[in-house]
Amino acid sequence: MKRRAFLTTGALAASGALLSSRVTFAGTADGRKPRLVFVVLRGALDGLAAVPPCGDPGYASQRGDLAMGKPGTDGGALPLDGFFGLHPSLTFMQQSYAARELIVFHAVASPYRDRSHFDGQNVLETGYPQPHAVETGWLNRALAAMPARRALEKERGISIAPTAPLVMRGPAAVTSWSPSHLAPLDDDTLQRISDLYSHDPQLAQKLAEALAAEAIADEQAGGMADTMDAGDNRHPLLAQRGKPGAQYAEVVQAAARFLGREDGPQVAVFDTTGWDTHFNEGGAKGQLAARLAALDAALRDLKAGLGPVWNDTAVLLATEFGRTVAENGTRGTDHGTATAAYLIGGAVKGGRVVTDWPGLSGRGLYQERDLRPTQDLRAVMKGLLADQLAVPERALESSVFPGSDRARPLRGLLRA
Amino acid sequence: MDKGLTSAIAANRFGLGARPGELAAIGGSGPDWLRAQLDGPAPEIADDGLQSSASILAQIYDLRRAIRAARAAGANTASLSGAADDAAAVKAFKKLPQLIRPIYRAEAGARLRESVATERPFVERLTQFWANHFAVSVDKSVLAGLAGSYEREAIRPYVLGNFSDMLLATERHPAMLLYLDNQLSMGPDSRAAWKMARRNPDRKPGINENLARETMELHTVGVDGGYTQTDVTAFSEVLTGWSIAGPDGWRAGAQPGTFLFRAAMHEPGSKVVMGKRYPDTGYDQGVAVLHDLAAHPATAHFIATKLARHFIADDPPESAVQRVARAFSQSGGDLPTVYRALIDSPEAWQQPVAKYKSPSDYIVSAFRGLQLPVKVEKPPVGLFQQLGQRIWAPGSPAGWPDRSADWNGASELLKRIEWADAVGQRLGPRRNAMDLAPQLLGDVLSGATREAIARAESGAQAIALMLAAPEFMRR
Repeated sequence: MKRRAFLTTGALAASGALLSSRVTFAGTADGRKPRLVFVVLRGALDGLAAVPPCGDPGYASQRGDLAMGKPGTDGGALPLDGFFGLHPSLTFMQQSYAARELIVFHAVASPYRDRSHFDGQNVLETGYPQPHAVETGWLNRALAAMPARRALEKERGISIAPTAPLVMRGPAAVTSWSPSHLAPLDDDTLQRISDLYSHDPQLAQKLAEALAAEAIADEQAGGMADTMDAGDNRHPLLAQRGKPGAQYAEVVQAAARFLGREDGPQVAVFDTTGWDTHFNEGGAKGQLAARLAALDAALRDLKAGLGPVWNDTAVLLATEFGRTVAENGTRGTDHGTATAAYLIGGAVKGGRVVTDWPGLSGRGLYQERDLRPTQDLRAVMKGLLADQLAVPERALESSVFPGSDRARPLRGLLRA
Repeated sequence: MDKGLTSAIAANRFGLGARPGELAAIGGSGPDWLRAQLDGPAPEIADDGLQSSASILAQIYDLRRAIRAARAAGANTASLSGAADDAAAVKAFKKLPQLIRPIYRAEAGARLRESVATERPFVERLTQFWANHFAVSVDKSVLAGLAGSYEREAIRPYVLGNFSDMLLATERHPAMLLYLDNQLSMGPDSRAAWKMARRNPDRKPGINENLARETMELHTVGVDGGYTQTDVTAFSEVLTGWSIAGPDGWRAGAQPGTFLFRAAMHEPGSKVVMGKRYPDTGYDQGVAVLHDLAAHPATAHFIATKLARHFIADDPPESAVQRVARAFSQSGGDLPTVYRALIDSPEAWQQPVAKYKSPSDYIVSAFRGLQLPVKVEKPPVGLFQQLGQRIWAPGSPAGWPDRSADWNGASELLKRIEWADAVGQRLGPRRNAMDLAPQLLGDVLSGATREAIARAESGAQAIALMLAAPEFMRR
């Protein structure tokens, strides 16, 4: 609370670093304010485990011990569309599919065709065809390209992380927030530090961003307490320990809090890790199953936290590439090519699997080992940006995804 | 070059942050001070109670045996008293974190104590650079027990030696083999695979590519180093058999928990890696490939770029990269020669605060500057996590990133400031920031910061302002 008072009266506002741009939010004509969440799945999530093609004649034999049973069998996949199933851990995703709020894109890949995590993530986040072409991310450049009426407002994007991941870095003003368990400092010290930063534009801006995010977090924390914390004074992570998704609980609650505000950011990003399953990947149960259950619970929590705002929200989950079709020598999978991506939310026109399935028979495979990519992930991203954030198509081609002209925006992903 | 500036750059960018009196001791000859630190053997960390990786692994083996025994007992009596025995298995299982956590805390504390106290901070920074280059990460839980001993066993002894030796020491260390999943990687035509197939025709044992790929991509030639998927596969086969001695390791002549080459798992035959054919010499086949990777020109360039990025600027000048790469190649990977080329790079001495400190650098420099104690019984490991850089937890084999944009997030900055404030409050008048600021920042200290400290309303606030100052956030 204290800090908020400082914000509105403090020198930062006068210095124009941030707050001068605070204006009342103007949504679309019908008053709807679309939200977009991007979840980076770092480590190459096995799309053939998350969304097993149980109806593919090659699936069971190619996958060996990792193959999931057909829907309806003991420990088998959850039914999806008859051909594809969902990993048994993904119960919320299955409900969302049934409620027509989930689209799965399969055999999808970024333009990257080698097998380095770090280059793959770089392409996934920069949106350029080659790794390390730029040091800005497609999502930030999309924010910069949004119609001026919206772009003029304060930060449209937030990273729920100490420092923004690459996808969110760039010319558009964005902020970051992550939980702090340190005591807030008093206004006088803060004032003096911000004065000290008046000669250092970079730090001045970062501090202003941090304080703005903090103000929102403080203000909202009160209102959320009864639903989220239930009078528990312990650190939220301790209070949640042991529940599936506990490691994401604080991040997801924060994302919901920021996105839930009418004058808050419209776009949020957070990371998940641990998908690099070279060893003991497991099937219906095991290592990957536990991680998928946590991710599924995080999405369920996000929906609960957003309340009615869920209806205006689309969450895209994507990973840098897929994994080998066959099991490796240590009951896991090695780096592959195509995989699955997921679009979930109340704004999504879901209940379908979008794919041009290449098949898992020997000849269908990419380099005789990986799922062959038949869809460009950028087409999904472009369609989503055009329909959810009204990013002009010209900007999508020129500044957001340069060199992607063959990946036409996939329209119609959202409810009208 | 400005002599006063060379002291500040030597202590704060090449070192771990000045301690009171350090700048005076450097006396304007930063490069000489750095060069002198390269003489003599690399410092060891010799805290009481730190254990070897082998000893830690032996304890983990014992625990796993207990868990298995408890589970087996549970299975045998499942219908009668299964619940009780299951509880015994759970109890045994819970002992793993109880075993590992104190080891992690002791190791992290010992490392931090060394960072704060060392009089050869350049060597310590290099140690941490290499530990990050050959990164393991404690988010794979067993590594929390091994990351510290790995650094002491496979990094520290080689920091002032040859790159090739460090490469071999890290790739064959049990921590790396476990982290990158090589210990069970098996040649599809190896004796062990044939035996397994006879016992269970459904199991198809084979290779795991992880170690081979990351060794090329992250440790040696780099992702643009000219290798293909075929090379990754072939090198994986070369590395089959590079494993760890189990509890019965003595039978194979190896101490449990140490490196063991399992010849029966090794893929027989010669293999071609990056255009060169390596005859099947068993374990030595892998050593030969590593040796050639270490000597590859792409490795020299890759390492030089990383070093220059760490010590000069996010986007290091090509001239400096070339100079360091040349020193690497011409000396055959002699690391002190490489470091001297870095010190001799004029580019390193031109921009006084070119790098934004990582959270770890920030904390360590504050500890050094303020001479904060690192308590043996309660090392401040949680602080690193709070500020965004949990010790030995980069989360990926690429290690922590090394550019300003990776660390200068808004939320992270506010946490540093909050911590700086807490430190000020805790120390209060026990440190005098007016005296300390020129001793720690030297010629880099700005008039604005000096003035802000002078005008602070309390000693505590003065300390907070010093630690929050732009020139203390950078190095």
